[in-house]
Amino acid sequence: MKRNLLVLVISLLSLLRVPVARAGTVDLRWGGDAEGGAPYVFPDPSNPQHIIGFEVDLANALGQELNRRTVFVQNQWDGLIPGLERGDYDIVLNGLEITDDRKREINFTIPYYATTEQLSVRKTDHSIHSLADLKGKIVGTLKFSLAERVLERQRGIHVRTYDGQINAYEDLANGRLDAVLMDWPIALYYSKPDPKLKFTGGPISHIEYGIGVRKNDPALLKQLNGALSDLIRSGDLKNIYEKWGLWNSETATLFAQVDANPQEYENYTRSVTRKLTWQERLKQYASYLPLLLGKGAPMTLLISILGMTLAVTFGLMLALTNLYGPLVPAGAARAFIEVMRGTPLLIQLYLIFYGLPSAGMRLSPLVAAIVGLGLNYAAYEAENYRGAIQAIPRGQMEAALSLGMTRAQALRSVILPQAIRLAIPPVTNDFISLFKDSSIVSVITMVELTKVYGELASTYYDYIGIGLLTAAIYFLLGLPFVRLARWAEAKMTFDKAASAPLRRRWFGVGAKPAAG
Amino acid sequence: MNEIIEVGRLNKRFGTVAALRDVTFTVAKSELTVIIGPSGGGKSTLLRCLNGLETFDSGRVRIGNITLEQHNSPQARDLKANLRQLRKEVGMVFQAFNLFPHFTVLENAVKAPMIVKGLSRKKAEEWAYELLAKVGLENRAHYYPSQLSGGQQQRAAIARALAMSPQVMLYDEPTSALDPSLVGEVLQIMRKLDDEGMTQLVVSHEMRFAREAGDKIIFLDDGEIVEYGPPEQLFTSPRNERTRQFLHNYFQ
Repeated sequence: MKRNLLVLVISLLSLLRVPVARAGTVDLRWGGDAEGGAPYVFPDPSNPQHIIGFEVDLANALGQELNRRTVFVQNQWDGLIPGLERGDYDIVLNGLEITDDRKREINFTIPYYATTEQLSVRKTDHSIHSLADLKGKIVGTLKFSLAERVLERQRGIHVRTYDGQINAYEDLANGRLDAVLMDWPIALYYSKPDPKLKFTGGPISHIEYGIGVRKNDPALLKQLNGALSDLIRSGDLKNIYEKWGLWNSETATLFAQVDANPQEYENYTRSVTRKLTWQERLKQYASYLPLLLGKGAPMTLLISILGMTLAVTFGLMLALTNLYGPLVPAGAARAFIEVMRGTPLLIQLYLIFYGLPSAGMRLSPLVAAIVGLGLNYAAYEAENYRGAIQAIPRGQMEAALSLGMTRAQALRSVILPQAIRLAIPPVTNDFISLFKDSSIVSVITMVELTKVYGELASTYYDYIGIGLLTAAIYFLLGLPFVRLARWAEAKMTFDKAASAPLRRRWFGVGAKPAAG
Repeated sequence: MNEIIEVGRLNKRFGTVAALRDVTFTVAKSELTVIIGPSGGGKSTLLRCLNGLETFDSGRVRIGNITLEQHNSPQARDLKANLRQLRKEVGMVFQAFNLFPHFTVLENAVKAPMIVKGLSRKKAEEWAYELLAKVGLENRAHYYPSQLSGGQQQRAAIARALAMSPQVMLYDEPTSALDPSLVGEVLQIMRKLDDEGMTQLVVSHEMRFAREAGDKIIFLDDGEIVEYGPPEQLFTSPRNERTRQFLHNYFQ
């Protein structure tokens, strides 16, 4: 019933739309990420509602060739291919490099642009002239990009990956990075105008951008290839590139080849359509494990354990200052707790990582990640402790004081040991939570478990299989800590009678009944 | 100096309510003094003022050679030091025992001597075992409070207080939270300590105990000492009408 109604509404809506669209045609929906920046697809600086870019011009030219209206659909860049497969749009047109991995999942048109990777360094740097010079250096690039793979292949480079080129070039300028490798058009728009930076070395690697089309849509692929060939022959595409300052020798060579033998490219892009057997799948999953367990998991554990260590110790100091400190420090502790709890962790991380350098404090990504998570969770731990401390009857403090202990002595030997036991379950909760929240530090270029997952999933376009595998790894890594917390809780339990079932389970014997 | 406790013109208000009014009395060394009186009469407040768990508005308290004067003085820091000195000389036993539940009976008794007096564990334990034997808990040393009966817990609390070797013991209704059948064992300890010459000040509703074991009785009502004297006199021929009324109601 409901479904029929939906169909009715949709058909009514499309009826309404007919007079707007050109008669007899359907919109060509193209996916891209306007966050990706110039010169591809980006908000017009003079009118941010409006998007511009050489790929916007290309899309419009294609629409004209095909006699279809074009509609831009925004998506995260690393989600563009999954979105295409979900049917959110018909094509992906956004600096998508033609690679063998991607060709397994989607079809590519003939390339519409060719370029290379460009190295940028600080103007004052005279030591880097080629990839070989990058050994031992810290080099930034974009996540999931071809440049990242070029760098990974070269041994001995410390690669830092970023969501956006702006942050990468900023870190190069402020000295956190030694070099940045990115597609030449990006470098042209973001690095070249920066007076602190310069290009170095010759062209690296070879990149071709193609339009992504679903495998089950061969008709559209053919139409697009025809339209592209027309645009190339007519010189319209060259005009677009010249307008954006992007015309280069690589693309000139490419277009000459297209003229000579466009059929080659069609064959090229149609190759590799074979589906994997389940044995091959399984083998593939096994091949992910070294990356997930060897690279991602240790980093996640390191960040989580050090972050939590900071959180529990600093949190305790906060709680004690809040409860027993003089007026002003107590107020400051309370304010810290409120602010850290009340503002997003993501923004705190950005401020620590990108904001502090302008205040002269440049933390390494690892330290920034640990400090960010640790300070944020310290606020939560402080409240856990406060609740636990306040749950201890007042008579305990009075008894300790009446025995001549100072307040500090009473806290240390009487109040805290009891309170900490009460705090174990909520603190364990928070540790598990932090363990998973640690994935957020990939925004400050840390490569941990979830980032490795993202890289693998977007390389192989397998979000579900690798996702389940990663989730299982998180779960299994967290288990020992849950067990440890339970053990500590049982160990610290002094009310033997009340916890007899728990105790029996752990130690095999119940409490001796009390006499009298 | 035979008077080991000296309380002079002690005043204490809770908001508009006067909890203590000009309370003045002395306790001689080795005496057992029982404070009786109706609930809300200021008995617990008085006791808590004697070891600094409660501040007072005016007056003075001397125990041994340590004196506390009105608390809101500019010498608050000195007072803190004085307070700790005083507390080392005064043992306190609470109605709700207030044993440390995360420690065994033995740990309860050795912790403060080790932390506050710096005793070695060996010395502290030897001393604690001696005291546990005195209160009849030598074979409960490694039990946790939650594994003991109320009477045993209160005896353990007495041992814990004695472990600091105080000159004076204060008891705030030590048997009120106990099952009637367990009251006797706690009173027994207090009698024993009395025989050994300990100075004790007990807030209690146990009239028979007060009459038999007390050297002096203080009747405190409405924040003031109404009557003060040896038990025979106070119990058999009270001079004040309020005392007579209280005892009459009590023994009815």
